[in-house]
Amino acid sequence: MPRSDLTDHGTPGRRPPVDLSPLPAADGEDDDDDIVALPLRHTWRWVAAGVLGLGFVWLASSLWNNKNVDHGTIANFMFSDQIVHGAVLTIVLTFLAMVLSTILGVVLALMRLSSNPVLSGLAWLYIWVFRGTPLLVQIVFWGYLGLLYKQISLGVPFTDFTVFAVDTNTLIPAFVAGVIALTTNQAAYTAEIVRAGMLSVDPGQKEAAYSLGMTPLFCLLKVELPQAMRVIIPPMGNETISMLKDTALLSLIAVLELYTVAERISAQNLRQVELLVVVSCWYLVLTSVLSVPQYYLERRFGRGSRVLGPTPIGRVVALLRRQPKPRVTDKESL
Amino acid sequence: MTIIDSGSVQAPEEPLLTARRVRKRFGKVDVLKGITLSVAKGEVMCLLGPSGSGKSTFLRCINHLETIDGGRIKFDGELIGYTQRKGALQEMTPREVARQRRGIGMVFQRFNLFPHLTALENVTAAPIGIRKIPKTKAVADARELLDQVGLADFAHAHPAQLSGGQQQRVAIARALAMEPKLMLFDEPTSALDPELVGDVLDVMQKLAKSGMTMVVVTHEIGFARGVADSIVFMDEGVVVESGPPSEILRSPRHQRTKAFLDSVM
Repeated sequence: MPRSDLTDHGTPGRRPPVDLSPLPAADGEDDDDDIVALPLRHTWRWVAAGVLGLGFVWLASSLWNNKNVDHGTIANFMFSDQIVHGAVLTIVLTFLAMVLSTILGVVLALMRLSSNPVLSGLAWLYIWVFRGTPLLVQIVFWGYLGLLYKQISLGVPFTDFTVFAVDTNTLIPAFVAGVIALTTNQAAYTAEIVRAGMLSVDPGQKEAAYSLGMTPLFCLLKVELPQAMRVIIPPMGNETISMLKDTALLSLIAVLELYTVAERISAQNLRQVELLVVVSCWYLVLTSVLSVPQYYLERRFGRGSRVLGPTPIGRVVALLRRQPKPRVTDKESL
Repeated sequence: MTIIDSGSVQAPEEPLLTARRVRKRFGKVDVLKGITLSVAKGEVMCLLGPSGSGKSTFLRCINHLETIDGGRIKFDGELIGYTQRKGALQEMTPREVARQRRGIGMVFQRFNLFPHLTALENVTAAPIGIRKIPKTKAVADARELLDQVGLADFAHAHPAQLSGGQQQRVAIARALAMEPKLMLFDEPTSALDPELVGDVLDVMQKLAKSGMTMVVVTHEIGFARGVADSIVFMDEGVVVESGPPSEILRSPRHQRTKAFLDSVM
C-alpha cells in the first residue's frame, strides 16, 4: 500500500487554505533592516549601585580602621599549623559524613518507597526521630553515649553470654562520635531529598523498563536513580555546604575541627574577633570550592535534558588552542 | 531461537495469545467486563473503540502492567502473572513477571524513551543488562535495528534532540531488541504531529509484513484497513464485534460500531 494512503486516513479534516501574502508595512517603512535603536538608559540602576558602593566602602573602612581589631593577629593565625590542621579535619569530617549519610540516605529512601510495610515503617520512624530532634542534642548524645552504656558488647540479648565487650569511650572517641552524629542526622534529610527525586521520575519510565523485562532492581539502578539524580544534586550541594558549617557544632564534644581550634586559641590570647575573622575566611573559601564539583555533577546528570555548552575549563582550553600553533592543531586531528 | 523450538511440539493451531473472560475493576468502575479473544502467531490485530472503552487497559493487562481481577490471559502456553500450583493460583514474583515480559514488547503513546540515554543506549540497555548479550554484539544489533527504522544517523542523539516520530521509532527498535514474540502498540501515533504519523505507521507496516504478531490499539482506520488481519471493536469494557477489516469497517453489524466509525472516518 502506498504511504500516502496510510497517512491520508489519519488526517480527517483538511484545514482551510491560509493567506500567506505578506502583511503591508504599517508605517510604510522597510522592516527588513537590522534594528538600530537607542538602548534604554537605566538611570536608577546607576544611582542604586553608587549608593550601595559608598555604603560598602564606609563599612569596610570602619572595620579596617577599627582600633579593636589587630590585623597582625589575623595574618599570624590565618595559616598557622593549628588552624590548618583544624581546617583539614573539618574537610575530612564533611567528606566522611556526606559520603556515609548519602549511602544511608539512599537506602532509607528506597525503604520508604518500598511496598514492604516493615521497611517503609522503619524508614519513617528513623526519619521521624533524627529529623525531629535538634542536631546539637544528637551530637551531645553521641558524645556522651558512655553515660548511657558503659560498655558495648556483642552477645546474646537478655542473657549473660558475651563474645566481647569494649568500653564505650574507647570504641567511640570524640571524632567517631562526631561522624556518627553528623551522618545519622544528615541521612534523614538526604533520604527525603532522594525520595523526592525518585518521585519526580515520570512513572512511564518504570512501565517502559518493566515492559522490556527489566527487574525492579535493574530498573532502579539503570533507569530511575540516574534520572532522579538531576533533581537530587542541587539540594545535595546545599546540604554539603550546610554540613561543612555544621561541623563547627562538634566543638561541643571537643572534636578539634576548625572552629574548636579557633575557640581554644582565642581563649588563650583573648583575640576572639580576629580568630572569628580567620575561621570565617576559611569557611567562605571552603564553601566556594564546594560549588565546583556541584557544577560538574549537575552537568553530568543533566545529560539529555538540555543542550550543554562548554565548561569554563573547556572554554579556556578552546581559547588557548585558538592560537595559530601548527603542532597543536596536528594533535587535534589525531 | 531455542526457546521457540520447544513450542513447535504444540499443535500449530494453538494461538500465541488467548484471553478468556478478562475482567478489570478500577475502584467501583468495571473497565473490562469479560474480554475473550485470541491472537494467532503472525496475526496483526487492531483494537478499535472510543476512548474509555478499555482498549489500553486490556493491552496493559497482557504484559501484566495491570493485574486482572478475573479471567485468564495465556501467552505462549503460560498464564500471565500467575502460576498454577496445587490447583490454586499464585502470584508470580517480580523476577518471574520480568522474565515473562521479555517475550512481549510494548510501545507507548508517549514513547517513554529513557531521556538520560542516547538512542543507541536506549536500544542496548535491556539486551546487555537483562539478556546478557555481549556489548559488541548488542551494539551491532541495535545499529541494525535503528537502521531498519530509518534512524541509523541518530544513534548518539538523546531523545530530547529527536522529533516525536523519531522517538517513537527508537521506542519500536528498543522493544524489538529483546526479540519479543508479540508486540503491543498503545496508540503509538496519537501523540504525534500529523506529518510524522506516516513514518511510524510505515515501520509498523514493515514489521507486520515480516511476520511479527501484533496487537495495536489505534485510531488510524487507514492502518487498520490496510494492515490488520482482524479488528476487534470494543466499547464500555466489552467486545462489541470482531472480524476481518473488510467486514467490520465496510459493513458493521452493530449500531455502536457504525456510530464510532462514522465519527472517526
